[in-house]
Amino acid sequence: MAHVAKQEQMDMRDGISRALIEAMESDPAVIVLGEDVAGGAGTEEYDVVGSWGGVFGVTAGLAERFGRDRVLDTPLAESAFMGAAVGAAIGGMRPVAELMFVDFFGVCLDPIMNQASKVRYMSGGQVKVPMVIRTAFGAGLCASSQHSGSYYSIFAHLPGVKVVVPSNPADAQGLMISSIRDDDLVIFFEHKALYYQKGPAAEPGHVVPLGKCAVAREGADVTLVGVGRTVLTGLEAAGSLADQGVECEVVDLRTIVPLDLDGVLASVRKTGRLLVVDEDNSRCSVATDLVAQVCERAFAELKAAPAMVLPPNVPVPFGPGLEAAYMPTAATVTDRVLNMLA
Amino acid sequence: MLSTDQDVAVKRDLLRRMMLIREFETVVSKNFAKGEIPGFTHMSLGQEGVAAGVCAALEPRDMLTSTHRGHGHCIGKGSDPARVMAEIYGRVDGVCGGRAGSMHIYDFENGVLGMNGIIGSGGGLACGAALAARHRRSDAVVVVFMGDGATDHGATHEAMNLAAVWKLPVVFVIENNGYSEGTPLASHTTIERLADRAAAYGMPGERVDGQDVVAVLNAASRAVGRARAGEGPSVLEAITTRYHGHFEGDAKKYTLPESWPATGRDPIDLLRRALLEEDGVAEPDLDDDNARICQQIQDALDFARNSPWPAAECLLDHLFATPEE
Repeated sequence: MAHVAKQEQMDMRDGISRALIEAMESDPAVIVLGEDVAGGAGTEEYDVVGSWGGVFGVTAGLAERFGRDRVLDTPLAESAFMGAAVGAAIGGMRPVAELMFVDFFGVCLDPIMNQASKVRYMSGGQVKVPMVIRTAFGAGLCASSQHSGSYYSIFAHLPGVKVVVPSNPADAQGLMISSIRDDDLVIFFEHKALYYQKGPAAEPGHVVPLGKCAVAREGADVTLVGVGRTVLTGLEAAGSLADQGVECEVVDLRTIVPLDLDGVLASVRKTGRLLVVDEDNSRCSVATDLVAQVCERAFAELKAAPAMVLPPNVPVPFGPGLEAAYMPTAATVTDRVLNMLA
Repeated sequence: MLSTDQDVAVKRDLLRRMMLIREFETVVSKNFAKGEIPGFTHMSLGQEGVAAGVCAALEPRDMLTSTHRGHGHCIGKGSDPARVMAEIYGRVDGVCGGRAGSMHIYDFENGVLGMNGIIGSGGGLACGAALAARHRRSDAVVVVFMGDGATDHGATHEAMNLAAVWKLPVVFVIENNGYSEGTPLASHTTIERLADRAAAYGMPGERVDGQDVVAVLNAASRAVGRARAGEGPSVLEAITTRYHGHFEGDAKKYTLPESWPATGRDPIDLLRRALLEEDGVAEPDLDDDNARICQQIQDALDFARNSPWPAAECLLDHLFATPEE
């Protein structure tokens, strides 16, 4: 009997960290900046005792490995360091700025919305802005209303911003490499509840292009589109529906901008049914936009009205009971799919 | 101190820079009133001493971020008046292809990292540009022009703190014209010396007479010299006055008090008189300079008027550097 090597496992923090190391080793223009990205490591005058690597430890070890010139702790001043990231990108660097929680964008939207996303367009293409904003998002950690939002729909709404949301460690690694090498502003959303989930490790050099969705599970009856953590919700629902003889195709959007509408349409044309499951705020969102675009392009090919399983239109609540009631669940997806087929 | 010959040459360069800005904006103002220019626009007439003095302290490799009132900064730094005029006219030969307009002139080749329609945005951008310069082992300096109103903005304070803690080669230049749009200084801040803001971030803060362009040049040279030598950022406050309203069309019924140090003191008149009366420069020489500048701006105006509008086909251009697939 042949020996089957157990495939190496890693979590999403490993995937992102490996991509950062690979990018920083191959390109000296890549720098990392943010709050506590090197924090805990003292100063250059003091002994390095081990950097935190941000509150989730994603950049741990980078300060020791690449030095303080390339791994920069910033003041707790998102407006200044996000503006500085934009200025550095215009100046030829490839900054990777960490916005600790996406909910904090409220204090630094101007550098993103009025500077980074517009400078190339307004200047007639004089410069490019190759920068990445890494940010933690999502509910599930009882982090309450100011540390649990998703908000990628807000950024997808802004012309000139690319939006990436990985659902597994290997994709996170490959998408992060593409995001750093991309010549535009990319906001990279990391779901807090996925940081510690293991998955198959990727090879060094693994690249996932921006703008390509992935079919996470094939099926002929219903297309379930998810993004980030809700891909897992879709897969869980698809598993239980298969027991009932319903074959769902689960599409992982992976990047919201660029949007792989053709990839989604290919699946919808196969199944004739679309259900979007998402955890961002439910109004004027990626989910509503996707349903609208599919209807506009493939209305005649739909066998049922498209469905959306979304949270109620309230902020993410605090305690485990309320938070669980807020989140879209596989059970709800299963019910809605069965209704679509009824 | 400069020797006499050099002194006069420097002063005449400063006068030419100021006259160029004055003539440029006088023409913009006149033709905006005639309805030739789309959108809205903000004049720095009266403030030319600050733009000219600071820009004269800079090298070509140095950079600046500017404001909504920044034509003088761009031209003072050396941007082509014809291409800036064409941009203000929204024409295809504008420095941004007619896509930006008066408030958003970008001229990266000339180190102009952008005028800006958002108050307070320049400081963060300048910190990043300075950081990038340091990484490429350049000794370039970045100037942040801002008005007195921007010193109230949180983004300005965050940027000053970041520049200080990272010891970046940045000079924050406050053009204090006594009014934040239409709100007088005493109604938007309690401190009298805005340069004192520097103390909060452990950097030098100096106040200068903005109508005395030579004084501005000397003060700016000190701050730029510190930045270039790796000694970190500074604040330079220049007291000045603007002759027009906040925007063209603002009737400007508000005035500064007689006691305001810049009241009744025109930076061009002051330097011209000094050159004639103290330095013995012949009046026809200065008149020749002025005539050449007027012709240059007339040529810029003709260039702008004759340039085509951008074609609708370019509407989608330059959103991304890496195109969407």
